[in-house]
Amino acid sequence: MVDRVPILRIGDALLVSIQLDLQDQIAVQLQEDLAQKIVDTGARGVVIDISALEIVDSFIGRMLSSIAGIAKILDAETVVVGMRPAVAITLVELGLYLNDVRTVLTVERAFAVIAERSEGAALLSKLDDQGHDEVGPDDVST
Amino acid sequence: MADDEVGRARKVLATHQEQLLPVWIDMAASRLRGRMTRQELEAELRTLYTALASDATGPDANTLDEVRSIVGELSRSRARQGFSPRETAAAITSLRDSAVPLVRQGTVSVDDLMCVSKFVDDLALLTFETYVTARERVIADQSEQLLELSTPVVKLWEGVVAVPLVGTLDSARTQVVMENLLQTLVDTGSEHAIIDITGVAAVDTQVAQHLLKTVVAARLMGAQCIVSGIRPQIAQTIVALGIEFGDIITKATLADALILCLRNSGFEVTRRLPRAN
Repeated sequence: MVDRVPILRIGDALLVSIQLDLQDQIAVQLQEDLAQKIVDTGARGVVIDISALEIVDSFIGRMLSSIAGIAKILDAETVVVGMRPAVAITLVELGLYLNDVRTVLTVERAFAVIAERSEGAALLSKLDDQGHDEVGPDDVST
Repeated sequence: MADDEVGRARKVLATHQEQLLPVWIDMAASRLRGRMTRQELEAELRTLYTALASDATGPDANTLDEVRSIVGELSRSRARQGFSPRETAAAITSLRDSAVPLVRQGTVSVDDLMCVSKFVDDLALLTFETYVTARERVIADQSEQLLELSTPVVKLWEGVVAVPLVGTLDSARTQVVMENLLQTLVDTGSEHAIIDITGVAAVDTQVAQHLLKTVVAARLMGAQCIVSGIRPQIAQTIVALGIEFGDIITKATLADALILCLRNSGFEVTRRLPRAN
């Protein structure tokens, strides 16, 4: 049986903390589980903590990108947390710039990013309900 | 050099120590120019001379290991004290010159002098070799220290760190800068990093590539990285070379970059009006 990476739900977001050495098989499994879980829970954000990962190869790098892509289609933002300096240097040397993935330094910041996004989305839906024309710019900022 | 010649040379040195050693010390001392005291030199040469002359009569008369190690040490210390290789070798070769008067007096045969001469030349070559090795080590140490010195990461504000780069950027230095910067980002939890290239003499495609990599690596870790201190000439070179900086934020001065970082972290800088009285 293949090990699985646990996916925890915290409020609007899903938290994935990768603690074990990420084998390709586990990574693929994670990608599938995550897609399913986003749909099931209607999560708005995915936080992937890779601070325990010492080795990130091109496959894992691409997987992070594709998770971000999948999540985006399902209307959730992916935030990668705690990349080690050595890992960052390796990815750059490999030419994987992960442009489509949001990265932050701490889990706390990651949740702040997702919260901002949810607030923005909530505000937009509120505007939609009320109709754009009736709301002035002053109301938007509050 | 034949073993019997070495033995013969050392025998001559042992026999005439009384006459040779003072003359040698005098000759070597004339070249010191204040970098060592005469007492230091005398102690040094006396140790060497004793080693040279001591084993001459023993059963293992030809083991030169001790002599070699003393000569090596002498040469290394000279290299550090700033003596030139010529001066270092001359300190040894003057031992031969000190024997010349003895030949004139007839106390030492010409054949003996030849043996001493060969022996001394051999030692002089050894000093030269050791000198060069010692110097190379000094240079290697210095360049390593320079690398450490030249890449400080400074904290400008809570959550804002900067690396002022000075000199030329090559792969080795970029690597050090990158590692230092990224480690500092982790340690301090800073979300903004500024790379200031005011002190970088020239930016070519390779340097730009290195900068780019550093910025992207910082971004991968979750920090925003700004390149500042781009002088007009450098901006022109960058455009002329067709280097693409992509979506990397660049600023003309470090001050501009800092202001941007402060704004992005929610600070506002305002000037307090002078009190009207």
